[in-house]
Amino acid sequence: MARTATAPGAPKTALGKAALEVDDRLIVAGPLRRTLNKVFPDHWSFLLGEIALYSFIILLLTGTYLTFFFQAAMTEVTYDGSYAPLRGVDMSIAYASTLDLSFDVRGGLLIRQMHHWAALLFVASIVVHMMRIFFTGAFRRPRETNWLIGVVLLVLALVEGMTGYTMPDDLLSGTGLRIISAIILSIPVIGTWAHWAVFGGDYVGELIVGRFYIVHVLLIPAILLGLIALHLLILVKQKHTQFPGPGRTEHNVVGNRLFPTFAGKATGLLLVVFGVVAALGGLVQINPVWLWGPYNPAQVSAASQPDWYVMFLDGSTRLFPAWDIYLPGNYNIPALFWPTLVLPGILFTLLLAYPMLERKLTGDTASHHLLQRPRDVPVRTSLGVMAITFYLVLMLSGGNDVIADKFDISLNAMTWIGRIGLLILPPIAYVITYRICLGLQQHDREVLEHGIETGVIRRLPHGEFIEVHQPLGPVDAHGHGELAYGGAPVPKKMNQVGGARRAIRGFFSPIEEPTAVELEQRSEERGLSSAEAQRELTSSGRPAEGGRPAEGGRPSEGGRPSEGGRPQEPRD
Amino acid sequence: MSTTNPQSDTQPDEGPRRSRWSRRPAEGTPAAAARARRRSKQRRRVGNVAALMAGLVLTGALYSTLAPGAQAADEGSESSAEAAGRELYERSCISCHGENLEGVPNRGPSLIGVGEASVYFQVHTGRMPLVRQGAQAPDKPAVFSDEEIDQLMAYVQANGGGPVLPSGDLRDGDLALGGELFRLNCAQCHNFVGEGGALSSGKYAPSLEDANDLEIYSAMLSGPENMPVFGDNQLTSEEKRAIINYIQTITDMPDPGGAGIGRIGPVSEGVVIWVVGISALMFGIFWMGSKA
Repeated sequence: MARTATAPGAPKTALGKAALEVDDRLIVAGPLRRTLNKVFPDHWSFLLGEIALYSFIILLLTGTYLTFFFQAAMTEVTYDGSYAPLRGVDMSIAYASTLDLSFDVRGGLLIRQMHHWAALLFVASIVVHMMRIFFTGAFRRPRETNWLIGVVLLVLALVEGMTGYTMPDDLLSGTGLRIISAIILSIPVIGTWAHWAVFGGDYVGELIVGRFYIVHVLLIPAILLGLIALHLLILVKQKHTQFPGPGRTEHNVVGNRLFPTFAGKATGLLLVVFGVVAALGGLVQINPVWLWGPYNPAQVSAASQPDWYVMFLDGSTRLFPAWDIYLPGNYNIPALFWPTLVLPGILFTLLLAYPMLERKLTGDTASHHLLQRPRDVPVRTSLGVMAITFYLVLMLSGGNDVIADKFDISLNAMTWIGRIGLLILPPIAYVITYRICLGLQQHDREVLEHGIETGVIRRLPHGEFIEVHQPLGPVDAHGHGELAYGGAPVPKKMNQVGGARRAIRGFFSPIEEPTAVELEQRSEERGLSSAEAQRELTSSGRPAEGGRPAEGGRPSEGGRPSEGGRPQEPRD
Repeated sequence: MSTTNPQSDTQPDEGPRRSRWSRRPAEGTPAAAARARRRSKQRRRVGNVAALMAGLVLTGALYSTLAPGAQAADEGSESSAEAAGRELYERSCISCHGENLEGVPNRGPSLIGVGEASVYFQVHTGRMPLVRQGAQAPDKPAVFSDEEIDQLMAYVQANGGGPVLPSGDLRDGDLALGGELFRLNCAQCHNFVGEGGALSSGKYAPSLEDANDLEIYSAMLSGPENMPVFGDNQLTSEEKRAIINYIQTITDMPDPGGAGIGRIGPVSEGVVIWVVGISALMFGIFWMGSKA
C-alpha cells in the first residue's frame, strides 16, 4: 500500500501514524486483523485452561527471581544465618541458600511461597481443565492431538513439581527423594543401573540436587513452554469448541472477538490469578523448610507427604499389600514397583488413549465442534466420575496418617477403608452417576414436553386441582411441547424465562435504584396476566380442553401468578 | 527321745523296768549320775523358758509402750503427703494399679519403679485417671490439683521408687543441638514440629504444642504409652534440656510466612489450594462468565 498523505482514512492521531509506520515495514495489519478478529466462544468453563497458563507465567517469573539466590549444590556448610534454631548445624548449601532466601533476601519468602502456591495451582488447574475437556467430549476428533499434548503437559508438570519439591534439600524433600530413589531401584532388571545413572552413584551422593535443578529450571520448563505454545496454536487453528445453543452449529463459532472483549477478559483473569497466588503467598505459609530441618538420611518425620499431586502414589503405596516377589538367583521385585510405577503407568496410558478408545468403542469418527453436556453421555461421564473416585481414594490414603491422627481414627482402619474403598467405591460412583445422568436427561425431556412448573395451582370448575405449566414452545393437540432436545440447557424455572423481575445490576452492591427497576417492570406487560386472555390452562399430561391457541412460537415471557388480571408485586 | 520324756519313770515301775534293762550296766552310780544330770538339765530348761517368756513379755510391754509413740513420730515427720497420696491413690487408682502398686492383670500396669516422673506426666496431662480402656490414654484437663499430684507423686515414689523429677531451668540447653536431637529421636513419631502423628491400631504420638517443660522432661524419663524411655544414658540431662528448649522455641515461634495451617506440610497445603485457591478462581471465572 502506497502511503499518501491525502489518502482517505489516513491516520491522524500520533498512535495511528506510528502504527502505519510499523505496518509499512512489517506488513502485519492483515494477519493481525485476522487474529484480533478471531472469535472465542464464551463460557466460564473455557477459562479453566487459562488459569493453568497464567499459573505457569507466574511460575516462570517467580522462579527466575528464586534462581538469583538459590545455590543448587550439596556442598556441606555450617549455617550461620538469621534463623537461630539452625545456627551451627551442618547442612547442604542448597538448604542454607533456601534459608537465606527465606530470611535474608528482601521479598524472598513471599516469592518462594508464591512460587510454591502457583505450582500447586498449576497442577490443580490442569486437572480441572482436563476434567472439563473430558466431561464435555472436547477431546473428540479432530482434537485428539491436543488431548495427547495435554496429558503430556500434566505428566511434565508432575515431574517439574516433584523436582522442585526436592531441591531445597530439607528433611521433608529428602524423605521424598529417598522414596524416589527406592522407586527407581525397584524397576526390574534396569533398576540399579537407572539409579546409578540418575544419582551418579549410590543414594544420595552429591549430584542429585544440581541435576534436578537443571531439569527443573531448564529442561522441563523449555519443553512445557514449547508444548503449551503448540497446544494453543492447535487450539487457534482448530478453533475452540462451543456448547450447543441458539445459532450455534458445527460450522460456526459464536462468541466474542479476541480484541477487545476476549483480551479484556483474559487480562482480567491473569490479574485475578496473580492476585490469588499473591494473596496465598503472602498470607498462608507453605513448605516452611526451616521447621523441617536439613536433610539427614538418619532422620525422618511423621506425616511426611509429597505435594498433593503426587499424593495418590503415596496412597497407592500405603494401600498396596507387601507383595515382594523373590526369584531364584538372589533377585527380587519389591512390592513398591507395582503401586508406584505400574499403577501410574496404567493410569496415564488409559488417560492418553481415552479418545482413541472411545472412538473405537462408539464408532464415532466424525468431527465434532459442538460440546456435549455430561448428562447426555452417561457412560463417559460415569467412567470419569469412577476414575475421579479411584483417584480420590488414593489421594486421601496418601494422607491417611494425618486423617487418622486428626480425626482419632485407627491408622489400620484408615488403610483398610482405603483398600476396600478403592475397589468398592468406583463402581458405586459409576452406578450413581449413571442414574443421575439418566434422571437429568428425563427431566429435560419432561420439561420440554410438559413445560415449566409455575408453582401456580388452579382449581378447575369441577373441583380438580392442577398445576399450571408454562410450555417452552408450540404444543400439539394434546398440549405436549413439540420442541426437541438440542443438547443445550433447558430452562426449568420461570425465572430463567423471564418470570421474575430482571436482576438489579451491580455485583456486590446495586448500581441502580431497585424501585426504578420495579416501576419499569410494571409498565411492561409481563407475567401470566399479560397473556391471560389468550391462554388456556394446560396441565402436565392432560389435554387442554379445546386445545391451545397456536400463537406460542417462542417461550412466553413468563408466568407470574396473577390476581384479577393485575400484575402482582414481584416476588423474590 | 528318752531325755525329752523326763518325769515319766515312776518309782513303783522301777523293778520291772530295771529287769528289762538288766542287760544294761548295773544300777548304781552311773545311772544315778545320769538321772541327776538329766534333772539339772530339765531345771535349766525350765529356767530358760521362763526367762524367754519374761523377755518376751518385757519386750512386748516395752513395745506396747514405746511403739505407738515411734509410729506417730514417723508419720508426722516424713509422710503426711504420702498419707494424703495414699488416700488419693486408694480412691482413684487402686482399682487398676492394685493395693500395693503391683498392677492388676488386663487393667493397669505395676507402678513399682515408675517413679514420680511418670506420676507427674500421667496425672498432670490428665491421662490418669483413665476414662476408659483403649488403644491409648488421651490427654485431657487434669483431674487433680498440683498439690494432689505432689501427694500422689510422694506416695508412689515412697512405695515404688523410680526416676524423680529434674530441677533447675529445663530449657538450659543448646538450641541447634536440641533441634538435631529432636529430629533424630522424636520427629519420626511427633513430626518435625511436634505436631504429633498416627501410630498403628489407634495409637498415636500426641502433639507437643500444649506440653510444658516438665511434662516433656518427665515423658522422656518415663516413656509413657508407646514412647520409649530416654534415660540419662540415652540422652543426658543437658540434651533433654536442649530438646525442650528447641520444642518450646519453635512452638512459640510465629510463622513468618503467614497462617501456619497446622504446620503439617503438604496435606493441609493441598486442602488450601483446592478449597481456597481453586474455589476463589472458580468464583472469579463464574463472575466473568456472568459478565458475557
